[in-house]
Amino acid sequence: MEVVDYSKAPPLIEGNPTLGHIDDSIAVPMEKRPSKKYFAALSITLTMLLIGAVALGYTFYYGIGMWGNNIPVGWAFDITNFVFWIGIGHAGTLISAILFLFRQRWRTGIARFAEAMTIFAVMCAGLFPLIHLGRPWYAAFVFPYPNQHGIWINFNSPLVWDVFAVSTYFTVSLMFWYIGLIPDLASMRDRTTNKFKKAVYSVLSLGWRFSNKHWQHYEKTYVILAGLATPLVLSVHSIVSFDFAVSILPGWHTTIFPPYFVAGAIFSGFAMVMTVLIIVRKVFDLEYIITKKHLDKMAKIILVTSMMVAYAYLMEPFIAWYSGNAVDWFVVVSRATGHYAVGFWMMVACNVFIPQLFWFKKIRSSIPALFIISLLVNVGMWLERYIIIVTSLYRDFLPSAWHIYTPTIFDFGILIGSFGLFFTLVLLFSRTLPVISMSEVKGVVEGAHPTHHIGAEHE
Amino acid sequence: MRVLIQHIILVQNMSEIQRIPPSGRRLYGITAIFDNPDKVLSATKAATQEGYKDFDVYSPYPIHGLDNAMKLKPSRIGVVTLVLAMIGVVSILLFTWWTNSVNYPLIIGGKPYFAWPSYIPITFEMAVLFGAVSTVISLIAIWLGLPRNSHPLHDTEFMKKVSSDRFGVCVEATDPKFDEKQTMDFLQRLGGENVELAYYEVHELSLRKAVLDPKFVGAMVIVAVASSGATYFSLNKMLLMRPWSSLNNQFKVLPESRSTFYADGFAMRPPVEGTVARGHMPYIFSGNMPSAEKYMKNPLLPTPRVMEVGQRDFNTYCSPCHGYFGDGDSRLQGQFPSPPSLHSDTLRHAPDGHFYQVMTDGFQNVMPSYARQIPRDERWAIVWYIRALQRAEHAKGSDVK
Repeated sequence: MEVVDYSKAPPLIEGNPTLGHIDDSIAVPMEKRPSKKYFAALSITLTMLLIGAVALGYTFYYGIGMWGNNIPVGWAFDITNFVFWIGIGHAGTLISAILFLFRQRWRTGIARFAEAMTIFAVMCAGLFPLIHLGRPWYAAFVFPYPNQHGIWINFNSPLVWDVFAVSTYFTVSLMFWYIGLIPDLASMRDRTTNKFKKAVYSVLSLGWRFSNKHWQHYEKTYVILAGLATPLVLSVHSIVSFDFAVSILPGWHTTIFPPYFVAGAIFSGFAMVMTVLIIVRKVFDLEYIITKKHLDKMAKIILVTSMMVAYAYLMEPFIAWYSGNAVDWFVVVSRATGHYAVGFWMMVACNVFIPQLFWFKKIRSSIPALFIISLLVNVGMWLERYIIIVTSLYRDFLPSAWHIYTPTIFDFGILIGSFGLFFTLVLLFSRTLPVISMSEVKGVVEGAHPTHHIGAEHE
Repeated sequence: MRVLIQHIILVQNMSEIQRIPPSGRRLYGITAIFDNPDKVLSATKAATQEGYKDFDVYSPYPIHGLDNAMKLKPSRIGVVTLVLAMIGVVSILLFTWWTNSVNYPLIIGGKPYFAWPSYIPITFEMAVLFGAVSTVISLIAIWLGLPRNSHPLHDTEFMKKVSSDRFGVCVEATDPKFDEKQTMDFLQRLGGENVELAYYEVHELSLRKAVLDPKFVGAMVIVAVASSGATYFSLNKMLLMRPWSSLNNQFKVLPESRSTFYADGFAMRPPVEGTVARGHMPYIFSGNMPSAEKYMKNPLLPTPRVMEVGQRDFNTYCSPCHGYFGDGDSRLQGQFPSPPSLHSDTLRHAPDGHFYQVMTDGFQNVMPSYARQIPRDERWAIVWYIRALQRAEHAKGSDVK
C-alpha cells in the first residue's frame, strides 16, 4: 500500500529538474535535426493535406455538386466538420483559461500544446463555412457592410452571430497563445546560435527582457485574457448550437442544445488533446513534464463531460415524448431505428458507454487504453454532429421529399484534408516553437519561489 | 577661437561626468546575477531599503513577492479592458440600431427594427474582442514599451542567464543614488555574481541609419512591388478566370453557337412545326378591309381608364404624323407625307373596324403596321380616343349641357 503524504502538494513536475534542464529538453525538438520518424509522419500528414487540396480543387472548379448534399439534406459533411473542429478547439481554451482561473497549476505542462491545438482546430473549422459557400471568394459578404442595394447583413441571424463568435474566438485564442509565447521566444532568442533563427525569434519576442516590472503587467494581462476567454469559449459553442436551435426543425429546435454542445465540445477536445499529447510526450521524451497524472486528470474530465453528454442524449427523447409532439417523437425514433441507426448506436457506444471505463484507475493509467478510448471518443463526437445534422434533415415534413444522404469521395477527401492540415500544423509547431511553456513550467518546479518571504504575498 | 576650444574641452569633461567613455558608449546600468530566487528577493529588499528606485529584477519566470519587495503599484491595465469593452458594447448596439432602424429599416421575422435581444450574442462578442485586443495592444505598446530590440541589456551574458535559469538585478544609471563604484560594491556585498557594466550601443541609439539601410529600403521596394502586382493580378486577371469568373462559364448553349450534336451544326433549334407563340392571336382580316369594317366591333367600353390609355398611346404613336387632335398637322415638317385629317366625313362615319384595320395592317404603303408596337387592347383604346376627338370637333349643342 502506497503511503501518501497529504500535508504537502505533490510535485507537478517529476524528478525535480534544474531550470536549465527544462530549457534544454523543451528546446531539443527545435535545435536537433528532425529524425526520420518525424519526416515519415510529416509525409503522411502532407499526403492527407494533398488529398484534401485535390478534393477542394474539384469542389471549387465544378461547384459543390461534387458533394453528396442534396435537398432536403443541405448541410452535411461541411457543417459536421465545422462543428467537430470548433469543438476540438474548446479544450485548449478550457485548459489554458478556465483551469488557469481555477488555479489548477498542473495545466502548465499541457497548456501551450492545447492552445496551439485550439488555434489549428479553429483554422480547420473556419475552412468549412468558407468552402460550403461554393464560391469562397464571396465570403466577405458575411462582414457588416452594405451590399449594392444598401442592405446590411441580418444581425438577427445565428449565422451572423457565428461569424462574430468564431472570428472573435480565433483572435482572442491567437493573442492568448502569443502572449504566452513571448517569454519563451525570448529564451529561444538567447539560446540559439543560428543567425536566421535569432532574427526570427528576436522579432517575434518583441524584445522581451524578463524584467519584473514587465512581468507584473504581463501576469495581470494573462489573468484578464483568461477571464475574457472563459465566457468566450462557452459563448462560442452556444452560438454554434444556435445555428441549429434557433431554427424550427424538429431535432434541432431544442433549448438543451447550448449546454449540450459546450459539454460535447470539451469532451471531444480533451480526447483530441489526449490523443496528441500521448504521441508527443513519447516522441519528444517529455514524460516527466506531461506526466501520467496529467493524463489521469484529463481522463477524469472526459468521464465527467461524457456523462453530461449522456444526460443530453437522454433528455432529447424524454422531451420529445413528454411534449407529446408527434413530429419530435418521429425524429427521435427515426434516429434510433432509421437509415442512420448504425451511426446513432456507434455514437452512443463511443460517447457514453466506452468512457465509463475511466471509472477504473487501471484504465486511466494505461497509456494504450487511454489512447484507444480517446480515439473512439473523437469518432463518437464526429458521428454525433453527423447524426444531429443528417437525421434531422433527411426526413422532411413532406415524405415525397425524403432523401437518403450518401457522402461522395470528395466529402471524405475534404475531411481527410482537414485532418491533414491539423496534424501538419501540429508537427510544424512542435519543431518551431516551444511545445511546453518554459516560463510557466519553471515557475512550478520545486523551489521556484522564495521560501522565506515573510508574508510578502499578504502584505 | 580659444573660447571655442575651451568650450569643447568643457563639453568633453561634461561628457566624462555623464559617463560616456572614450569608446563613445553611454552607460545604462550595473547588472548582477543571483543564484536562486531567495537571494534575489533579499537583494531586492536590500536595494529598496538602500533607497534605489531605478532598478529592476530579471527572472525567467515571475517570482512571488518581488512586486512588494520592489514596492511596485498594482497594475492598472484592467482599466483599459473595462473601458474598451464598454465602448465595444455601446458601439455595436449603436451600429445595429443605426443599420436596421435608420440607414435601411427592415422588418425581420416580425421583430421590431431594433430587436436588441437577438443582438446580445454579437454584443457580447464585441465586448470580448474590444477588451482583449485593446488590453494586449496597450500591454505591449504602452506598458511594456515593446517592440524594442535595441535595449542595452539585449545580447549580453546577463540576458542569456536571466532568460534561462538565473536571476538578475540591474541598477540603472539614471537613479539619483547611482554611483559606479558604490553601486558595484553594494551589489557584490549582496552576493551578486558577474557584477558588470551595461552600455548603450551607439549605433542602436539612432534609427536614421537603420531606416536608410539599402537592404531595408530594397526590401520595402520588393514588398511594395509584390503586393501591388498581386493586387493587380487578382482583381484584373484572376477574377476573370475559372472558377472565379462565377457563372460566366456554364454548361449551356449560347445564341449563334455551333453544335456538334445536331447534323446541321446549329445549336439554336427552330420550334416544332405548328408551334404557337405565347399570347399569339391570328388576325384573319389582314388585307380584307371590307370584312374588317363589317365584322369587328370595339370590345372595350369608353371608361376613363380606356380613354386615358388611348390618349397616351395616340399622343405617343399617332400624334407625330396625325397631330395631337387628328388634324393631319404633322410635326415631321415635311420629312414624311402628312396624312389626311381624321375629321373628314368619310372617317367620321367609318366603322370602328376601319381604324383598327389601319393600325394593325398599315395603310396604302404610307402608314406602316403598328401591331408590333401597340397591343391589341390598346389599339381599341386608341379607336375610342379617335372617336372622342371627332366628337370634340363636331360637338352638338346637347354636348354642352
